[in-house]
Amino acid sequence: MTAIDNTAGPSARAATAAPGSGAGRRRGAERVYRRSPLRRLRSLPLYLAGIAVFLFSVFPVYWMVVTAFKPVGEIFTRNQTLFPSAPTLEHFDRVVNGQLIPGVNFWQFLGNSLVVTLFAVGMGAFLSLLAAVAVARFRFKLRTAFIILLMIIQMVPMEAMIISIFLNFRQLSDASGVQLLGNLSGLLIVYTAVSLPITIMMLRGFVAAVPKELEEAAAIDGASAWTIFWRILMPLVAPGLVAASIFAFITAWNEFIVALTFLGRSTDHYTLPLTLSYYFGRFGTEWGPIMAASTLLTIPVMVFFLFVQRRMVSGLTMGAVKG
Amino acid sequence: MAHTVEPAKPRGDEEAVAPASDETAPRRRRTPAPYLLITPALILLAVVLLWPIVQMVWYSLTSFTTRNLLPNQPGPEWNGFAHYQQLLTDPTFWTILRNTVVVCVLMVGITMVLGTLVGLLLHKMPKWFAGFVSIGMMLAWATPALSASLVFRWLFLPERGLVNVVLDRMPDWLVGSGWLEYNWFLEPGSLFSVLIMVIVWQSFPFVAVSVLAGLKSIPNELYEAARMDGASAWKAFWNVTFPMLRPLFALLLVLQIIWDLRVFTQLYILANSFQNQDVYLLSYYIYQQGFSASPANYGMGSAIAVVMTVMILGVTAYYLRIMIRQGETR
Repeated sequence: MTAIDNTAGPSARAATAAPGSGAGRRRGAERVYRRSPLRRLRSLPLYLAGIAVFLFSVFPVYWMVVTAFKPVGEIFTRNQTLFPSAPTLEHFDRVVNGQLIPGVNFWQFLGNSLVVTLFAVGMGAFLSLLAAVAVARFRFKLRTAFIILLMIIQMVPMEAMIISIFLNFRQLSDASGVQLLGNLSGLLIVYTAVSLPITIMMLRGFVAAVPKELEEAAAIDGASAWTIFWRILMPLVAPGLVAASIFAFITAWNEFIVALTFLGRSTDHYTLPLTLSYYFGRFGTEWGPIMAASTLLTIPVMVFFLFVQRRMVSGLTMGAVKG
Repeated sequence: MAHTVEPAKPRGDEEAVAPASDETAPRRRRTPAPYLLITPALILLAVVLLWPIVQMVWYSLTSFTTRNLLPNQPGPEWNGFAHYQQLLTDPTFWTILRNTVVVCVLMVGITMVLGTLVGLLLHKMPKWFAGFVSIGMMLAWATPALSASLVFRWLFLPERGLVNVVLDRMPDWLVGSGWLEYNWFLEPGSLFSVLIMVIVWQSFPFVAVSVLAGLKSIPNELYEAARMDGASAWKAFWNVTFPMLRPLFALLLVLQIIWDLRVFTQLYILANSFQNQDVYLLSYYIYQQGFSASPANYGMGSAIAVVMTVMILGVTAYYLRIMIRQGETR
C-alpha cells in the first residue's frame, strides 16, 4: 500500500465504550465455561475459518521468505515445494554483497533510504509538533480552515498530482539553482510534507490531553516557555511523537511513485523500493534475489508496525467507533 | 491482536479531557503565536502539495509536452478545453475510466465484506485465538506494496508460480487444464483479478481490526434484548450491529474508496510495462502520459489527473461531512 495515503487522528476512541464490552466479555466467559462438548464442537467451523484467514494472510509473506532461502534449483522448477530442502543464504549474499544495479552496492541504497526517511521523520516530527500545539492550544481565526485543509490534502492522491509535482520541482530547481531532481534533496522535501497532515492530526490529540494546569503551575514557578515545552509538554507528548514518527517512517520507506519520477536514471541515489523495482525490470527471472530483497525491505516495516498498530486502527477511524 | 483494541487506560482519559479542554484550554487571547507555529508546516504544504493542484488544473488547459520544456521553446500554450473534449470522445479513456471504477468497486466491496466477516468472527472467538489470527493479518497489512506485488507476481508466474503449479496438479474436471503455462498478466480480466487479490489481501486486516474494535463498543445488552425478541444472527447484525457501527462503516468505506482509486505501485509491478493499454487504470494512465509516452504529454496527463482528483474530492467531501459531524474539526 502506498502508505502516503493513510489517514490518522488522535486518541484511541475505540476504547471509549470499554465498560460495556468488559461486562459482556465476562458474561461470555461464563457461557463458554458451561458449554457442553457438543456445543464446543459446533464452534469448530469458526476455528477453521479463523485458521483459513490466518493462512491466507500469512502465506504470501511465508512464500516470500521461503523463496529467498531456496537454492536456485528449487526456484527454477515446476516442483515447487513448501519448504526449502537445502536452505541457503546465497540470495541474501548476492543482494547485500553483490550489485543489484551495476556500480552501486546495497549499502548505498540502504543509506539513501535511511537518509530520506530519517530526515522526513525528524523534520516532520518537528514541524507537526509546532502545528499540533497551535491547533490544540490556541483558538485562532483560521484554525478550523487549517484543520479542514489538512483533511483535504491528506486525501488528494499523489498519483494524480505526480506530473505537476514533478514539473513544480523542476521549476523550483531552475529558480533556485539547486538541483532538486535526480538526487535526494527533492525527495527529502516531498516526504516531509506528505506525512504532515496525518502527523499533525495524530499529535493534536496528545497535546490537547496534557492538562493545562501543569503548564500554568510551571509558569507560576517561573519556568520559561522553552522550559515548559521541554520539561512538561515533551515528556507527555512523547508517545504520540513516537507513533507519528513511525507512521512517517513507514510512509517514506515504502514510497515509490515520487522516487520513481524524481530520481529518473540517477541510480546512485535510488532508494530501496526503486532499486528493487529496477532490478525486477532488468532481471525479472531472478526470483531468489528479488524475494530476498523484498524480505529485507519488509523487515523494518514489520518491526515498526508492531509498535503503531494500535494507533493505526484507533487513529484511522477516529471517533467513528463511538457510534 | 486482541490486546490492541482493549480499553486503553491512558487513551481513555484523553477522550474525557479533549472535549472539555476544547472549551477551556485554547487561549482566546489574540497572539500571533498560533500563526507562527503553523507557518512552517503551511508553507511546506503549500509549495509541495497545494500549488501543484493549481498547476495541474492550469496545465490541463494548455498544450504542454516535453517540447515546451526545452530552453529555446515557448512555455505551455493555452488551448482551452481541448484535452477534455478529446478525452470525452476517446474510447480508450472511457474504457480505462470504466475499468478503474469497476476494479475499485470490486476491491472495496470484497475488502469491506471480508473484513467485516473476519471482524465478526474474531469477536466471537476467545481472546487468544483472535490475537493469533490478528498477528497473521498484521503481516499482510504491514508488507510494503512493492514487496506484496512482487510476491503475487511470483505466485502467479507462468510455468513456475505456485498458483499455476497447484492449479495444474488439480483434477482437470474441477479447474480445467492448461494452467501451467497460463499467463495471468496479459489480459485485463486475469490481471485485474490478481491486482484485486493483492489489494484485498493488504487492506482487509485494517477493516477487520477496526470492525472488531467497533463491536467491542456495542453493549451486550442490545444483543440479549434482540435474542429475547427471537432475532436470528442475521437480523441481529442488520438491526443492532450495523446501525450502531454505521459511522464506522461509512468512514471505512470512504477511506477504502480513496485508497483503492489511486492504486499504482501494485499495477506497475504486475503489468510490468506500458505496452498493453487494456490493463491501464487511471493513475497508471496519468503516469504513462507524463513519463512514459513519447513525447510525454503533460497537458493530457494533467487533464486525466483532474478527472481523478475530482472523483476523489467528491468522496472526500463525504469524508469531511463525517468528520465535521463527529466534531473532529472543532
